[in-house]
Amino acid sequence: MRRSLTLLALLLPAASALAQDEGAPPVEVEVVGGQNSQLTVAVPEMPGQAIGRSISEVIASDLRSTGGFTPIGPSGVPTYGQAQAASPAFGEWRSTGAGALVTGYVEPRADGRVTLACYLHDVTAGRLLANQGFTVAQADWRRAAHKCADLVYSRLSGQGAFLDTRIVYVAESGPKTNRVKRIAIMDSDGSNHRYLTAGKAVVTMPRFSPRGDRLVYTGMLARKPRVFVLDIASGRERLLVPGGALTFAPRFSPDGRRIVFSWANNGNTDIYVIGADGGTPQRLTSAPGADTSPSYSPDGTRIVFESDRGGTQQLYVMNADGTGQRRISFGAGRYASPVWSPRGDLIAFTRIAGSFNIGVMSPSGGSPKILTDGWQDEGPSWAPNGQFVMFNRIARGGGSSLYAVPISGGVARRMPTPQDGSDPSWSPLQS
Amino acid sequence: MRKTFVIGAAAIAIVVSGCAKRTPPPEVTQPPAEAVGPNGEAVNPADVELQELPAQQADMIAKAGSDTVYFGTDEYQLDVAAKATLAAQARWLLANTNVRASIEGHCDERGTREYNMALGERRANAAKDFLLSQGVPEARLLVTSWGKERPVAVGSNEEAWAQNRRAVTVLVR
Repeated sequence: MRRSLTLLALLLPAASALAQDEGAPPVEVEVVGGQNSQLTVAVPEMPGQAIGRSISEVIASDLRSTGGFTPIGPSGVPTYGQAQAASPAFGEWRSTGAGALVTGYVEPRADGRVTLACYLHDVTAGRLLANQGFTVAQADWRRAAHKCADLVYSRLSGQGAFLDTRIVYVAESGPKTNRVKRIAIMDSDGSNHRYLTAGKAVVTMPRFSPRGDRLVYTGMLARKPRVFVLDIASGRERLLVPGGALTFAPRFSPDGRRIVFSWANNGNTDIYVIGADGGTPQRLTSAPGADTSPSYSPDGTRIVFESDRGGTQQLYVMNADGTGQRRISFGAGRYASPVWSPRGDLIAFTRIAGSFNIGVMSPSGGSPKILTDGWQDEGPSWAPNGQFVMFNRIARGGGSSLYAVPISGGVARRMPTPQDGSDPSWSPLQS
Repeated sequence: MRKTFVIGAAAIAIVVSGCAKRTPPPEVTQPPAEAVGPNGEAVNPADVELQELPAQQADMIAKAGSDTVYFGTDEYQLDVAAKATLAAQARWLLANTNVRASIEGHCDERGTREYNMALGERRANAAKDFLLSQGVPEARLLVTSWGKERPVAVGSNEEAWAQNRRAVTVLVR
């Protein structure tokens, strides 16, 4: 148990350090490439069903991807019988060097579905830390594995679950001068990848609805950027604002009932809000300049956005009705594409100061912290637990890909995509 | 305005039939909701795909010198060279009244995606304003932005970026 608590302490300080702010001028902290000491977690092959080994492989891969654990297994560690899932031989597992152990088994049900029984043990203390059953359709076994990994991650880190999620992004192919761009969706580990648009139109900036069942995105129609709402299951889509207005950078409100977006007209770009099912757009900003990248606070009462009204791109916060607009970014360089954390405590952004990098700051602009060191990193999107940010990394003269970085500071990890990728959006946790 | 609907209906006929062969434009005087998209939904004429005109485009480039004007980093002011090019484009447009022009703003890759959409519109709007000042009727001018989605030069260097910071006058029908 002591090791688990140590790990908990190691994962938490970044978040708590960010909580204190206000007052003093912001000092930007570089936390690129930080290292956590890691807990070894044994993930042996689950007994019984043929998919048991695959499930263990997914769990181990998920835990590795969090950056907080060193999983061992399913290869190279002992196996066990189903009866031992709930009460393993701890002495045997101590000799592997593991501090924690994930066991379980898959049980077929009369209705054709399967239940994954998932157990997390503290090897050092020799006791059960958590257990839960996850019932899914046989074909969805990977989701049960992700949920088991989420249980392990949450119990050991004290953070919310985020592995049973999906990523929507723009898959890119072809030459830069005639890039084919398609909206694609995949599980958070890159599996179950499929395309949602055909690639005839240039598409950018897909973002999930709060329930994860719809997308809002910008697509070129009749040579103009237009906002579309797409139902993921049916593939049906519709224009959000009729009449040929140049609209882009859309995002849902946290209750899913409104969509906030930018509208460019006569050399001026302002932020508008409209019902997710249509209606009359309501104007929220009117300052001369480019007001764009609006993103709601999780309680829906405020909106963070970027504006160059003061001369350069900077971050501003306003009330959801457009009142009380005030600048929050005052560090060196320009600031763009802000996104409010689902926990409400932080805003992720792109900072432009020579290179383009991803950072986080408090909603009042305090404690800015730069998390990445790429040549051009932009377009952050939060994991639903507010602990990781995915973004678009563009290599100088090269391709575009998706990376995720822990906000506690650590190595940015590349997300597997079959082609180049850009504009990631992380789904809410699936139910 | 009536002309717009006729153009729209013709373009829809091409899209719906899935064939590039031009059919005589039917006379349509109905409100916009008459236009129909791929899923049978109503389509505003403003959303109907525009037809590019390669022959006229080549002629304008030959006579006006260029269909493109260039901008400084993060700028949308027209310089002397850009104004001269646009003045020549305006003369061509005033002599060829049967086409419209989509003024399309573009940006280099060294800007964030959302901001570049806004910046491209500013560039296109600056070019449009100059064409208006030269007497081209507003009804013939469309403005749009491609942000950084359609560069013409692929390098990640100042030479390529300078070529990509542009507004292009695309002749359409």
